[in-house]
Amino acid sequence: MHEILAHSVLGPNVHLYRFHAPDVAKYRKPGQFVIVRINEEGERIPLTIADVDQAEGSITLIVQAVGKTTLAMAQMKVGDSIPDICGPLGEPTHIEKVGNVLCVGGGIGTAPLYPVTRALRDIGNHVVSILGARTRELLILEDQMREASDDLIITTDDGSYGMKGLVTDAIKKLVGEGGKFDLCVSMGPPIMMKFVSLLTKELGIPCLVSLNPIMVDGTGMCGGCRVTVGGETKFACVDGPEFDGHLVDFDEMMGRLTMYQQYEKNSLDHYMGETGCRLEDALKGDDK
Amino acid sequence: MNKKERLQIPPVDMPEQDPKQRVTNVDEVPLGYTPEMAILEAKRCVQCKRPFCVEGCPVGIDIPGFIQFIEDGDFEGAIHKIRETNLLPAICGRVCPQEEQCQLTCTIGKARKDPTEAVNIGRLERFIADYEREHGVVTMPPKPTPTGKKVAIVGAGPAGLTVAGDLVRHGHEITVYEAFHKAGGVLIYGIPEFRLPKAIVQKEVDYLEKLGVNFKYNFVVGKTAPVQSIIDDNDAVFIGTGAGLPRFMRIDGENLLGVYSANEYLTRANLMQAYSFPETDTPLISGKKVATIGGGNVAMDCARTALRMGAEKSLIIYRRAEEQMPARLEEIHHAKQEGVEFHTLRNPVRFLGDDKNWLTGVELLKMELGEPDASGRRSPVPVPDSEWVEEIDAVIVAIGNSPNPLVPKDHPELEVTRWGGIVVNEATGQTNIQGVFAGGDIVLGAATVILAMGHGRQAAKSINMYLSSGRWSDLEEALSTDRADVR
Repeated sequence: MHEILAHSVLGPNVHLYRFHAPDVAKYRKPGQFVIVRINEEGERIPLTIADVDQAEGSITLIVQAVGKTTLAMAQMKVGDSIPDICGPLGEPTHIEKVGNVLCVGGGIGTAPLYPVTRALRDIGNHVVSILGARTRELLILEDQMREASDDLIITTDDGSYGMKGLVTDAIKKLVGEGGKFDLCVSMGPPIMMKFVSLLTKELGIPCLVSLNPIMVDGTGMCGGCRVTVGGETKFACVDGPEFDGHLVDFDEMMGRLTMYQQYEKNSLDHYMGETGCRLEDALKGDDK
Repeated sequence: MNKKERLQIPPVDMPEQDPKQRVTNVDEVPLGYTPEMAILEAKRCVQCKRPFCVEGCPVGIDIPGFIQFIEDGDFEGAIHKIRETNLLPAICGRVCPQEEQCQLTCTIGKARKDPTEAVNIGRLERFIADYEREHGVVTMPPKPTPTGKKVAIVGAGPAGLTVAGDLVRHGHEITVYEAFHKAGGVLIYGIPEFRLPKAIVQKEVDYLEKLGVNFKYNFVVGKTAPVQSIIDDNDAVFIGTGAGLPRFMRIDGENLLGVYSANEYLTRANLMQAYSFPETDTPLISGKKVATIGGGNVAMDCARTALRMGAEKSLIIYRRAEEQMPARLEEIHHAKQEGVEFHTLRNPVRFLGDDKNWLTGVELLKMELGEPDASGRRSPVPVPDSEWVEEIDAVIVAIGNSPNPLVPKDHPELEVTRWGGIVVNEATGQTNIQGVFAGGDIVLGAATVILAMGHGRQAAKSINMYLSSGRWSDLEEALSTDRADVR
């Protein structure tokens, strides 16, 4: 069992959990993820690791409450436990000194981006980070990312904070001002990674993206997470989760993420029916 | 009763759920023998002086021995006899291909000139194991003296569980590392509930825990910890990580929504219990018209699962003829009874989808049988210009699995074959690394549960000898001398 050591709300429906998971913490490297199951009837969902504390034997996960499992997690309190955390899984990020690095995060994608940013800077890269969000209150880990980067730019779609516009607008601006980058690392919603990949391809900047498709086992056994990269089928769980963004078929990948949309809605409705107003109250609480 | 009288008794059928009813549930299809049926079937055995059946059993169960106990009505005696050599009788009695092993060589089948009329050894084994479970007969072996030696077993499938059970009895400290949240490997994620109830697998795992085996779940050796650290922390390691890499057809449209590997389809249905969705959380696209591609036991499992998931039509698409299907006759028979349609000599050319990337159909090509190929089977040859499109909602690709590459990838020092199987000394299960053994599908490629258990049994003997003698380079010799001493 994995006890929840800390649980806080970072923004609307964005939750931070610190779980007791010493086996995962021991060998985990930036870029890796875990698969979590919260109860006996539960599904297995992949979640990226935002941080670890090896001394404490804990891992930090930042999770958006969007479906049944993540909403049920949001109901859990410090001291509660979940039965299964499997990992760390996937290939770690290849951390190398290349010179100037651009780290682009969107939404909760900033959570896995944070340890990668830190590692890239620790090895001697000059790191400029761009964080994008729809609106100010959806922005997470701003202070941590500021500390982990040489420079940080914030963009919001509605202009409520930082530069008004998309992360791609910020990239264009930086490059327009003469910025030269040897590598771009982008983690966030697939649509954002798609456009960052398209733009960096145009600009001739290598681009690494981290994919988070639907998975079951996470060990290469089921092939549910298959993605087309450079015309070849890859399993995101064991070949990734990071790939060359210029080669990823994002449209196919985004399609595959919608495969169970109707089922996910049914599952959530069923759950809401069971738990009723308790959950709705909790969701309202988050919005405050 | 004399031999002639025994020979006159016809095989005792095992009652089954009615096909129309059983496709609406996931309960087990064969219902098992009653004690009367078991005793009557046991009477058919003539207690051969040289029992060919035992020679046909990969783990060498004393078959006439346990059948005699059944005939005498001593069911506890029978279970003790089976447990001497087989740790997982409830499982083997259900999923072993007995018709190719013990029953193939049975004297009764030969005398009646029909191997399908051999003594139903598998059904008797199942009866006894079920009797044990249902009557709470617990046969605990005496507690061994601890040896202080530690053994790590990687993968809690049939091979790993067998090694664990054999070695814990010798007093070694055993830890089984399992990537999933439950033990059993293919027995829980692959073989469907209606063929092997998961409660039965769990009982066998519970039994191993009672014997003192430690299980560490959600632990992916090669990820959660490097293979080297497991080798360093133990006196011996057994790798039984199975054939968990699904093969795809590498044709257009294979990544469309609604196309599954057999592994994913079965894992969602069995381990994750998608048949109880939304009471359970894991969904599975049911589809109205589901096609399973392949002709093995796994394909039959998928096609029959699809019916239970609510498919109106479930098709098997196989590129050779039905006679060439590798599936057991019993599985083909059960699938047909339940209404699975067999479309043989058909080969998928590509999958077609709509503008939202959902599968809509499969383009098929007619095949005919040509000359025999390397496997001795007449190879299928395409009939020119015979393509047509069959409308399909969901496809399950069940054309086989390759060895799981995770452990060799993390530990490249481990010698593997061209197709990714771990290279071992066939007599001992030794790999090229001292103290490391391997067995089951990670060595064999996708084979059977009982062969994996046979491997496990053999590896356990070798590990035990290695731990007690410290001999490695001449371990095979040490084992054969040991056998000679026993005789």
